[in-house]
Amino acid sequence: MLKQESIILLFLGFFFGMMGAVYWFWGHEDGGGVMLLGALFLGLLPGTYYFWWFRRSGGNRPEDRSDASIADGAGVVDAFPSTSIWPFVLGMGCFSVVLALVFGTWLAVPGVALILSALIGATAESRRGGTV
Amino acid sequence: MTDLIERPTTSTPDEGGPSNVDDGHHSDHGDHHGPSGLLKWLTSTDHKVIGINYTVTSIVMMVIGGAFAEVIRAQLVSPTSTLVTLQQYNQLFTMHGSVMIYLFVGPFAFAGLANYLVPLQVGAPDMAFPRLNALSYWLYLTGSLTMVLGFFVSGGPAAFGWVGYAPLTSAINAPGAGADLWIGALMLTGFSAIFSGVNLIATIFYLRAPGMTLFRMPIFTWNMLVTGILILLAFPVLTAGLIMLYCDRHFGTHIFEVQGGGVPLLWQHIFWFWGHPEVYILALPFFGMVTEIIPVFSKKPIFGYKGMVFATLTIAALSLGVWAHHMFTTGAVLLPFFSIMSLLIAVPTGIKLFNWIGTMWGGKLQFSTAMLMAIGFVATFLIGGITGIYLASPPLDFFTHDTYFVIAHFHSVVMALTMGAFAGIYFWFPKMTGKMLHEGWGKAQFWLLFIGTQVFTLPGYLVGLHGMPRRMAVYPNNPSWQTLNQWESVGALLIGISTLLFVVNVIVSYRKPIVAGDNPWDANGLEWFTSSPPPHHNFTSLPPIRSERPVWDYNHPDAPALGHGHHEPAAAAAAEKVEA
Repeated sequence: MLKQESIILLFLGFFFGMMGAVYWFWGHEDGGGVMLLGALFLGLLPGTYYFWWFRRSGGNRPEDRSDASIADGAGVVDAFPSTSIWPFVLGMGCFSVVLALVFGTWLAVPGVALILSALIGATAESRRGGTV
Repeated sequence: MTDLIERPTTSTPDEGGPSNVDDGHHSDHGDHHGPSGLLKWLTSTDHKVIGINYTVTSIVMMVIGGAFAEVIRAQLVSPTSTLVTLQQYNQLFTMHGSVMIYLFVGPFAFAGLANYLVPLQVGAPDMAFPRLNALSYWLYLTGSLTMVLGFFVSGGPAAFGWVGYAPLTSAINAPGAGADLWIGALMLTGFSAIFSGVNLIATIFYLRAPGMTLFRMPIFTWNMLVTGILILLAFPVLTAGLIMLYCDRHFGTHIFEVQGGGVPLLWQHIFWFWGHPEVYILALPFFGMVTEIIPVFSKKPIFGYKGMVFATLTIAALSLGVWAHHMFTTGAVLLPFFSIMSLLIAVPTGIKLFNWIGTMWGGKLQFSTAMLMAIGFVATFLIGGITGIYLASPPLDFFTHDTYFVIAHFHSVVMALTMGAFAGIYFWFPKMTGKMLHEGWGKAQFWLLFIGTQVFTLPGYLVGLHGMPRRMAVYPNNPSWQTLNQWESVGALLIGISTLLFVVNVIVSYRKPIVAGDNPWDANGLEWFTSSPPPHHNFTSLPPIRSERPVWDYNHPDAPALGHGHHEPAAAAAAEKVEA
């Protein structure tokens, strides 16, 4: 499970680390060096997590086995929302907050209200679904 | 509402047997009876609805950005034209670049078609986080509105170029709401992109169908995985830079201002640390689209599947080490490092071009509009790519930096991507709508777009080599510059007309619909196994997945099994030889 996925992320992380080291010692420029360090961690952190998860689970997911049949994956995939108004409400809240940065802080009031209501609404919606 | 979704366990799409090619079969099994109309648009978390929303919105943005381009080219027909003022010209090229890059090419690719196709191609019922996916779209839409709002505030929209170099963006040099709206728009679309990246990676890692190993995924999905990773590496950097810029403008910080000890050049480092991976974030999805299309219309499997995957990963790895090739002329960057890295990235890109040609080589080519667009993409991208290699060399870049040579190079690349976009639209429109686009109108559109692109870009290289700088509303009365500029404007006009033909084609296709069937192209990926358009949560059945083209295998059970990179005639001949 997730072996190849983790290798991709670890490879990218190590490559960015190597490139960052060369750049740091050759270029003497801080901004790029720091950003490449960030890239190193963005590869290594999820890569290490997935690798740990692979070692723990033993690598037996049907989607990782080349001989798996469709029936091997039978059962519930997951719970998926079919509709929800809350992403729209949250989006409008964020829109309002950004407009507040331009046109005046009063716009942040409805913005924050919409964001909070979306957070509460989406959480309640997930609980009602009983599966998330 | 939350649905528990079970994976389909049968491999028979209907009772008609294995072949569902061109049978006009329309299934409404599993149709979802949710809200309709405006409420559906507002509340849907279905990746297909969101994908279409993204696609349509981004095409509207393309039309808006294209209209700006036409005004720019009209201004440049004559050296001393007064069609727009100098400040309006600055606003136009800023908004043209911003709308096209931030609001069209990227969102179309990594959120429009990707949203629609990735779950279908891996056999998933939806994206991994459907509500986050819907939020991505709303942030993108509101970000787009925020950007365009700039035209309706006093002082007009941002006018400092789409790259927003400091100190042009300071509160003194760019006062007014237009610049802040530009910053706000990029924050919203930036978060939208980050959420899309998270969704793409999680979907591909966790929701693949049984047997769909990583190395059986369609190349488009592979490219979207790598694009998702690049988005997560690059976009947070830009968003952080925008927050710093806003603080400089309003909270008295001096991060990008010399007064107070700031470093204006830092903005360029931050911007291009996002900006060059962004070029690949824009390009990889279109690479993926044409890699899906060329094998189908060559009647062969892709040549060099694994080479394609490793080329994509190599591009991703190298893409974070090339940012300062945009900054060679600042005199403050490590020239050999960035030059070497930029030249190296030509190798995996060259492998891709080689493999596209290898796929067509010896195939039974069928020149549908999608295929023509894909070939147009390959040819135009080759021109843009090769001129990019020139620019990776510092001495050549010193000579051509900030001239029309760079503009022409960049537009060869993005116009190639636009052809890739239309290739994708023509190829997957039947899946999205159940209707075919008209091939005649499509081919007329292709030739106008292809010829227009070359007429627009090739004189640009020449006038750039003659020394014409970019971002000039008026230019010296030099006859050769004027003639070349007029040719460029003719090219831009042809491109504009080609876009109108596309709109006509969509209208014609809706008025006189030609039913597409589930798999009109005899194509390869899982998306062609379900109905057109697919039902809610996508699949009622899935075929066995034993190669990177499971649907083709399913529909051609008697065809010889082909290894990666073998083309059909040779393999068929070998099989016959063995029998003999």
